[in-house]
Formats: sequence, C-alpha cells, structure tokens
Amino acid sequence: MAVEIDTSAFTEEAYELLAELEDSLLELEESPKDQDLIGRVFRAMHTIKGSGAMFGFDAVAEFTHNVETVFDLARNGTIPITKGLIDLTLAARDQIRAMLDAAAGGEEPDQNNASRIIAGLKGLLPGAAPAQAADAAQTTKDSAPASEEGSVHTYRIRFRPKPEIFENGTNPLLLLDEIRQLGETKVVTFLEHLPEIEEINPEKCYTSWEIFLTTDQGENAIQDIFIFVDDQCELNIRMLDRDGEEESVAPDEVPPEKPLGEILVERGDIKRDDLNKVLQPLGERLVDAGLVNKAKVQAALVEQEVGKQKREAKKQQVVAQSVRVPSDKLDQLVDLVGELVTVQARLTQTSAKLNDHDLQLISEEVERLTGELRDNTMSIRMLAIGTTFDKFKRLVRDLSSELGKQIELTTAGAETELDKTVIDQLNDPLVHIIRNSIDHGVESPDGRVEAGKSPVGRIHLSAEHSGANVLIKVTDDGKGLDTEKLISKAIEKGVIPPDSELSEKEAFQLIFAAGFSTAEKVTNVSGRGVGMDVVRRSIEGLRGSIDVQSELGKGTTITLKLPLTLAIIEGLLVKISNEYFVLPLAAVEECVELTRADVTATHGRHVINVRGTIVPYIRIRDHFEITGQPPEVEQIVISEVEEKRVGFVVDDVIGQHQTVIKGLGKTFKNSEEFSGATILGDGTVALILDLQKMVRFVEDLELAESGTTTP
Amino acid sequence: MAKTIMTVDDSSSVRQMVTLTLKGEGYNVVEGVDGKDALNKLKANPVDMVITDLNMPNMDGITLIKELRALPAFKFTPIVMLTTESQANKKSEGKDAGATGWIVKPFKPAQLLQVIKKVLG
Repeated sequence: MAVEIDTSAFTEEAYELLAELEDSLLELEESPKDQDLIGRVFRAMHTIKGSGAMFGFDAVAEFTHNVETVFDLARNGTIPITKGLIDLTLAARDQIRAMLDAAAGGEEPDQNNASRIIAGLKGLLPGAAPAQAADAAQTTKDSAPASEEGSVHTYRIRFRPKPEIFENGTNPLLLLDEIRQLGETKVVTFLEHLPEIEEINPEKCYTSWEIFLTTDQGENAIQDIFIFVDDQCELNIRMLDRDGEEESVAPDEVPPEKPLGEILVERGDIKRDDLNKVLQPLGERLVDAGLVNKAKVQAALVEQEVGKQKREAKKQQVVAQSVRVPSDKLDQLVDLVGELVTVQARLTQTSAKLNDHDLQLISEEVERLTGELRDNTMSIRMLAIGTTFDKFKRLVRDLSSELGKQIELTTAGAETELDKTVIDQLNDPLVHIIRNSIDHGVESPDGRVEAGKSPVGRIHLSAEHSGANVLIKVTDDGKGLDTEKLISKAIEKGVIPPDSELSEKEAFQLIFAAGFSTAEKVTNVSGRGVGMDVVRRSIEGLRGSIDVQSELGKGTTITLKLPLTLAIIEGLLVKISNEYFVLPLAAVEECVELTRADVTATHGRHVINVRGTIVPYIRIRDHFEITGQPPEVEQIVISEVEEKRVGFVVDDVIGQHQTVIKGLGKTFKNSEEFSGATILGDGTVALILDLQKMVRFVEDLELAESGTTTP
Repeated sequence: MAKTIMTVDDSSSVRQMVTLTLKGEGYNVVEGVDGKDALNKLKANPVDMVITDLNMPNMDGITLIKELRALPAFKFTPIVMLTTESQANKKSEGKDAGATGWIVKPFKPAQLLQVIKKVLG
C-alpha cells in the first residue's frame, strides 16, 4: 500500500529542530557536562534522522546518522564534549540545512564539505566505529540453505511459550495464525502443564503446541514469526522431509512410512530400549506403561499422518475434488447424527447425575466429538445458493421482453451456503418475488425516462449470512410501493375496513394479504391468484420471515430471513402438566404471565391486554385436552404468526433449547399442529408445534362453530 | 468495533505518518507527544495497542512502557517500540520493561501494519 504523505510536514519540523539544535549546541559549549543538553542535541539529530528516512530524505538521514552516533557516545560518557565536537556538529547542522534547502529547490550542497565533517566526526570515535547491529526483522539471516525457499517442505515446529509470555502483551494464538498463513498446517496442542482448575492462574500460559507445516517459504519465514518472542519461548524447528531428493523416486518405489516408535525415538520422547520393551499396539501400550503421555503419541501420530499424506499425494497426482453422494444417504446421516446428539445429551445428564468423574470426562469428550460431527454433517448438506441465482437470469430475460421492459439482473453473494432442503424450497417463492418486481416494480422504459431514470431497470439479487440466518434480498429500482394506492385498493377489496389508519409499515404488509394484487390489469405474469400471501406462507413454513422496504419512486427491497438449516431448530421449551412442547424461537416475541384475574377480567374470552394491545391466545392445554389442573399463574408465549400476534398459554416456560428435529413418521402424517418432534436429554419426547397451522386450525374451528366471518 | 492505537513520538512528522497509515486501515488513532503526555491520556482512556518511540523529552519510551505495565488496564496490552539499528541494546531493555515487540526505524507503512497484525491480530 502506498501512503502519500506531504513531505512539508518533515521539512518544517526539521527546520525547527535545526534552530533548536543550534541553541542547544551553543549552550552546551558553556556547560559541557549538562546531560539534559546532550540529550536534547541527540534527540534532535535522532528525530531528523528517523523522520528523514521515513519521508524519503535518505541522504539527510545517512549524514545525520554519523553525527547521532558520535553524540550517543557522548551521552553515555564514552567521549567527552569538546569544542572540536561542537564545531563539527555545528558544521554538520549547517550542512543538513543546506541539504534541506537543496531539496526545496535551493543550491546543491558541497559534498566535499559533508565528507570532511564525517571524517572529522569519525576521528573522534574511540578505536573502531561501533558495529551496526543487524536486525533480524529486516535482514534475512543466511543460516538456511538458499535451496529451501521455493520447494515445498514439511516442518515440525515445537513452540512452548514461557508461562509469563502474556506479560509482554503477546498473544501466542496470533503467532499460530501467522504460521497458518504460510501453508498447510496441522496443530497438536499440549496441555500436560495445565494444572487443576482451582490452581489455574488465567494470567499464565500453560499451553504448548506442535505445528506441522507444509510450506514453500523456507525456515527463515518461520523463524521471523517468532522474532519478538525468541527469549520467551522454547522453539524448535525441524524439517521432516527432504522433498528435493525424493522427487526422483518413482511412485511405486515410495518408501514405507516410518513406524510410530521410530518417530517417538527420533523426537526424543522415549528411549529406544523402552521402545523395544513394548511392541505392538504401540500407542496405547506406551501410554499405559506411562512412558509417554497421550498428547505426545498424538503428535507423533500426526507426524506419521502428515508424512503419509505427502507420500500418497505423490502417488496419485490427480486427487478427486469431490464425491457425489445421493442426498437420501446424506439425510440418513443427518438423522443418525441427530440421534447421536440426543443420546449424548442424555449421557451428559446421566453422568452429571451419577457424579462419576471418569464418566464425566468421557461424556465431555463425546460431547465435543458429537458437536464437531454435527457441524461437519450439517456443512456437507450446505450448498452455495449461486446455482439457484443462475436460473433467474433466464426468467428475468424472458419476462422482461414479454412485458416490453428492459431489465438487467445483478447478483451478489452467490457463494453463500445454505442447507440443500432450504435451497430446494426457496425456488418458488423467489420466482414469485422476482416476477412481482418485474411486473409491478420496474417501469416501462418510457416511464423510467420520464421519471428521470435510465431506461434499463435493475433487479439485484443478493444473499448474505447473518448469524444463524441467511438474508436473501430482492431489490429493484422501480417505482416503489404507493401506500395510498395500497390502502384504497385494500379497502376496495374488503381486506381492511374503510377509513382504516395504517402506518407505512402496515400498508406495505398489505401486499401479503390473501387475494390482494396491485396490478392495474391482470397480466399473464402475475395476478394468477397466487399472491404474495402464498410466498409468505412458504417462507414461514421454512421458519423464516419476510420483510418489505420501499421508497416511492426509488424502488422496493424484499428481504427473506431464513435459517441455515432445517435439521436443527432453536426452540423455546415449554411444559404443560407432564408434557413438553417446543415453539420455534424465531416466532417468539415475549412471555407474559396470565393470572386467574386476567381471565376473569376478559369474561372468559381468550384475549389478553399486553401493554395496551389486545392479543388473542390459544390454550394449548385445552387444545390438546391435556388432563390436570393448570397452575395459578400461567405463562403466555406471545408469538408472531403471519404478521399477527397470537399468544400460546402454557404452564411453564423452561427455556431456550437447540434441538435436532425428528420427523414424526407416517403414523402422524395427518397431525396438523406438529412439525416434528425432538428428544430431550432425559429421553422424554417433546413435540414441536407448527404455530401457523395451529392458528389456522383454531380459526377454522371457530368459523365452523360460529358460522360467521371473523375480522 | 474498530480498535484504537496510540502513537507516542516527539516527532510530529512520525506521528503524522503512523496516524495516516493506521487510519487508512480503519484503526482509530490517538497521539501522544511524549511519554508523560501519553501516560496521562492513557490513564483516562485505555487503548488496544501502543506504539512508542524511545527517545523523548519528559519521559522516555522505556519508562512509559514500565509505567503502563504497572497499570491493571495495560497488563497485557500489546506495546511496540520504535528503535533504530544502532540501538540493539535498547531492544532487550525494552523487552525487559515489558514491550511486546519493536519496529526498526526507518520503516515503511506495510512493515508497520505487518507488526500490528502480529501483535494485535
């Protein structure tokens, strides 16, 4: 990167410093023992030199360096301050000034003069000039053979920071990150020095690492990473292979991999005699015999693995980049992992209950593995959304020409990954939204020119991650939504009562009302009876939400917020009598209490006043005819279902709960109100409620009972 | 949340260059004109990292590093010192005082940023 810096800042400062320097030198002549004055002279020189070099005044910096060197010696009392020194320094000061003037367009200073001054100053030095300390950070040491760089090698880096390393503000993890940037790495962590938890001092570093790095950068690059900490850690870097010599080996003559024992002996972890004592299932026997600890064997195994991989990679130069797997196999895998997660939760609970230390250790280990397995499995099902995006290019092209509009589609975030099932179900809603944008959003070329826009409209389709969700946006630069038109249309269609007062946000929501279409005339693109209400339903079916933003004359953005995966649900676990249920957390807004008094106040009608708004609620207990007495104070989980607030009455709210969703199987395929089930840590089954379906179910019931339409 | 770095130097031009370089990378920068000034400002508003020159009036860089390390808020804060080639002994003195690392003057903006990445992430 280039930072353009105005050099005038330096020259101004330098002139000031030179003036100061002159004063200080003259004062110094009067009192040559004054340390403060010597310091001032030295600092002025030092600053001119440092800044000069940074602002490209190399000649000034080089010249000043000589004066500074001499004054440094005067500062620590190696040489005395003499009249000769002051004369020379004053001359040097004039020379520097001349150099600066020359840079500003003045006359070139006399080089002989400079040489004379420098020679004079050097004459003041005791014996030889002080050695220039080379700096490792900026000059590469030539300890390693030059052939190292450029060819790929694997190194073993043993890095053991001293416990006090944090006290210099060092973060060892950043150093590991730097190593990672050099090439392929495998890191083994050693925790053998980690004390019991009561004795841990969080200000000390107990961890050490072995990093196996495959890189073409050579050993110097690795050494340089540790430059600041070479006195604060034990560091041992060793090249494990000499690839250069092996290149000529034919693939079928690949040398056998080194036995584990050999590696441990080489690494100095065990003695050869000990190795000979134990043979066969080596790793465990060594650990059991207490000769090495587990981490060391682990590291040796990694070393073996790295060597193996390198050889195998040589064996088959062409590596398959991907494997095609039928998706039902994946679904099975996800199912199994789901079961495993459930069993693991039970294991955690049981081991906590039994309070058995060994069992707890095992269960923690299993927990870690299961977590990794789950994340890995989920990531296998993730696909980039780009393939879906590509389909829309054609759609936009065909539709816009059919409607006589000119529209260009741009996309961003095609690499964003989503669960395959989500992507599959996203296609139809997206088609619909984009159709809407083309039909209602973007104006005809003439209309656009009239509005002072380019005749070519733009639709921008983008995807991005946002926490555990993905945001998919469809933005057009069309005419935007006209709230007044929306409201009058809605009144005309009987969607809302006349003289309704709606906020802008509420008006935008009207486009999702059933049977609502703002198209002036029904084209064969939109207005086929499939409205945005269907889109919203399918997005909410995916446990997502949909949001509209629009500015009149500028355009509209429709944002879909979707979960990354359908296999796991963030839920709110609730309890009624002895039954557990899970409500999708995405829909939950808040929980409020429902007392007997509240029920009496509303004369048994299922509504509650939440901070001034009336919210209808459904009593899950009654709905599923659960026996038993409700508690004095019940809880209402207020949720947003299809833009309406609805409460669900439960006995008790247990808390947030991340669960793996299990399908209910064929037996329950007609059960409307459940989207699945999950198994809690103690083996109990909790049903996951489909809030949308529940609300609709109850509405239909009420309709059937009353025979009247509800608003 | 952008990280804040303090640059301490009695040379205004060096401060200016460090400030421009860091701001270009999106860091917030506060400046100190010498050790004393820096210490007063840092006591009031801690920062995520300090870059300090060694030779300064009123309080030199080594003393500043020692003073900062004695404050609880700066116990583990990365502190980088600016040294020159002729100050090899200063490097170990600075390390002993508690410096995290050093940058040798003269340096280029890219070198400065590389060191910041190393100690601040």
